[in-house]
Amino acid sequence: MDALIPLFIVIPLISAFLIMILGKLVKGFHRYFAPFTLLVLIAMTIIVFANLGGSSIQYAVGGWGLEKGIPVGIFMVLDAFSVLMLCIINLLGFIALFYSISYMAKYTAESNYYSLFCLIIAGMNGVVLSGDLFNLCVFLEVSVIASYALVAFGVGKTELEASYKYQILGSLGFMLILLAVGLIYWKTKTLNIADVRQVFEAGYNQPYYIFVQILLIAGFGLKAAVIPFHAWLPDAHSSAPSPISAMLSGVLIKAVGIYVIIRLFFNMFVFSHEIALVLTALGAISMVVGSLLAIVQWDLKRMLAYSSISQIGYVLMAMGMGILLLLKGNNEAAAILAIGGGIYHMINHAVFKGLLFLNAGAIEHRLDTRKLKEMGGLSSAMPITSTTSFMGSMSISGIPPFNGFFSKLIIIIAAINGRFYLLATLAVVVSIITLAYFLKFQRFAFFNKSANKALSKIREVPFPMSFSMIILATLCLALSLLAIPSVSELILRPAIDVLMQSDLYSTTIIGI
Amino acid sequence: MTVYLLCFALFLVGLYGLITRRNLIKIIISKSITEFSIFLILVLIGYIDKGLAPIVDPGTSQQIYVDPLPQAMVLTAIVIGLATTAMLMAIAIRLYRKYKTFDIREIKNLRG
Amino acid sequence: MEGMSTIVKKVTQLMAGLIFMFGIYIILHGHLTPGGGFAGGVLIAGAFILLILAFGSSSLKLKKEVTGSSNTESIGILMVVILALMAMLFGAKVFFFNFLPKGEAGELLSAGVIPLYNIFIGIEVAGAILTIFLALVIFKEESSK
Repeated sequence: MDALIPLFIVIPLISAFLIMILGKLVKGFHRYFAPFTLLVLIAMTIIVFANLGGSSIQYAVGGWGLEKGIPVGIFMVLDAFSVLMLCIINLLGFIALFYSISYMAKYTAESNYYSLFCLIIAGMNGVVLSGDLFNLCVFLEVSVIASYALVAFGVGKTELEASYKYQILGSLGFMLILLAVGLIYWKTKTLNIADVRQVFEAGYNQPYYIFVQILLIAGFGLKAAVIPFHAWLPDAHSSAPSPISAMLSGVLIKAVGIYVIIRLFFNMFVFSHEIALVLTALGAISMVVGSLLAIVQWDLKRMLAYSSISQIGYVLMAMGMGILLLLKGNNEAAAILAIGGGIYHMINHAVFKGLLFLNAGAIEHRLDTRKLKEMGGLSSAMPITSTTSFMGSMSISGIPPFNGFFSKLIIIIAAINGRFYLLATLAVVVSIITLAYFLKFQRFAFFNKSANKALSKIREVPFPMSFSMIILATLCLALSLLAIPSVSELILRPAIDVLMQSDLYSTTIIGI
Repeated sequence: MTVYLLCFALFLVGLYGLITRRNLIKIIISKSITEFSIFLILVLIGYIDKGLAPIVDPGTSQQIYVDPLPQAMVLTAIVIGLATTAMLMAIAIRLYRKYKTFDIREIKNLRG
Repeated sequence: MEGMSTIVKKVTQLMAGLIFMFGIYIILHGHLTPGGGFAGGVLIAGAFILLILAFGSSSLKLKKEVTGSSNTESIGILMVVILALMAMLFGAKVFFFNFLPKGEAGELLSAGVIPLYNIFIGIEVAGAILTIFLALVIFKEESSK
């Protein structure tokens, strides 16, 4: 099973370039080859997930292991947290790809689209599997550059402007990250995440340490769209084609933003109180401001994009609370709840935000509009879209028995147990505001009297699109089973363990 | 110490251009200047006193070489910067075709 | 676009071959001297770009050129990945392992599989930069029509 780890990156890379060569020669080749590649990746993910248990595997690329106890090569690490992210990336990638088989039929140059999509998947798999700081930066840029091209795919006025803004801010983020990696290398003379941890545990210079951490929060915050750095997200996620919006909002801001922040701040840096306060404050502000900005939107995809900012704020706030509780030392059960709630909300958000963006794409496919005031009365004309979007809206607002309720409940209970009463109140208030704007979406899109005279000509969307939406809606219900304690012990607890006890991460790699 | 301050001054020059220029192409060039200053800082971090260039000639005795790892990092980062600049240029040209101007004050379709 | 004057055309005809060979030299000696795949690939692309600039794009069939350079780039990357995967069959059975015999330090035919990587990366970078340039030329042709 060790040999499967580099294959997660190699298989989508080969498939991307094969599609580029053969897509123009053989007609329709790309439409079958790309979903086949992602099915192979899903099969590999299931094999790895079943065989992993609670251990972590590291893979020394090129055979360069440890020389006198110092890791000199590039290591790829697969542990319980990475395998959860791999499941989200590959599963959501397959569903978005299957959806785009019929959605992208009205665009030209389709083979470029499938090739770039495989490159995004390859880049994200690389970020999640890398145990090395610079390798992480390179794969991050691979997936982000492919997403710049995909946002601008249908070359209209709004898409180009959105892609330009996204690129400038994304490059600024990459520069800050590169500067931080350089400064870490300066003091520790190593780039391996576990080895940096060993050096920092021995002692560090306090002003330098805080400077590097602030640079990393700014750089990865630009990629993950936390509140002072969110300016590119509403434009980019609303102008992209809908399956790409689902991938960007559902997976990319998590795999290259929040995942890396969690991995570096739990497993690489020694916990520090000020930075944990900064993370919690940024998460809480994102939560509140994102939802307030989403209420006033009349463009459907822009409202969903602002709601993404709000839900990512939940995850970041939960992780910050986890660090603060671990630092206080006396309340470990609440810390486990907070970190577990954060990871669970990350998984849930990928599923229901992907579903909501695919619904918005289905409405746009049939009606050619994104403005809420021009839709109406679709619940009879498009029954599958209407039902699945109702399930998605109830999930994100936190209504039982859907999955959003359980993850938000766990975060609120952790906040109350840790005596963060202000954060718990904010979480409840934001959840009510979320319910408000999603009820607005449901009313204007599906249950209103239609102003559109041609309503009788609107039929349901084709089979690939409706199949993808039905699978995601079933997952919304099925993931609420993860809140049962015996199931979450099996799936979530190893991930929480590898984050909380960083000795588990670093000594497994160094082997001391 | 003064070399690091000069690199930081270059970073500030690029950042000033990124923020205040209104022409699309000038924003791209300022972004390139900012990136190059980061590369310079990375290469300077690897400097060791009295070190030679890290090319090993077989048959010579042990020398002090400068650190080659930041140089490898900067090579890769230069190629990444080239790719992003090329894509930004393509988008800027397409934007010119749609809006007939390079001025960012005219290109404001997305608000709110 | 139009070509340039006769002097430029003649000098470019003489120089382009030398620049191409210099690029190949930098690629082949990548494990001995500074340079390697990236720098050599850019030089090779530079030779082609110089020819296109001097003779004008009206003497080319642009669609065929851009398909050719795009396919060259894809084949370059596929060969690199296949070489890295083949390493999983020999020796220590790890990805990216150096499985060919390493000779003496300082010879041209040494360092195992690294010169092969340099060659394929050089082909790939040359194809990529030529594709970018040709795409911009095609764009200009379309907009000035």
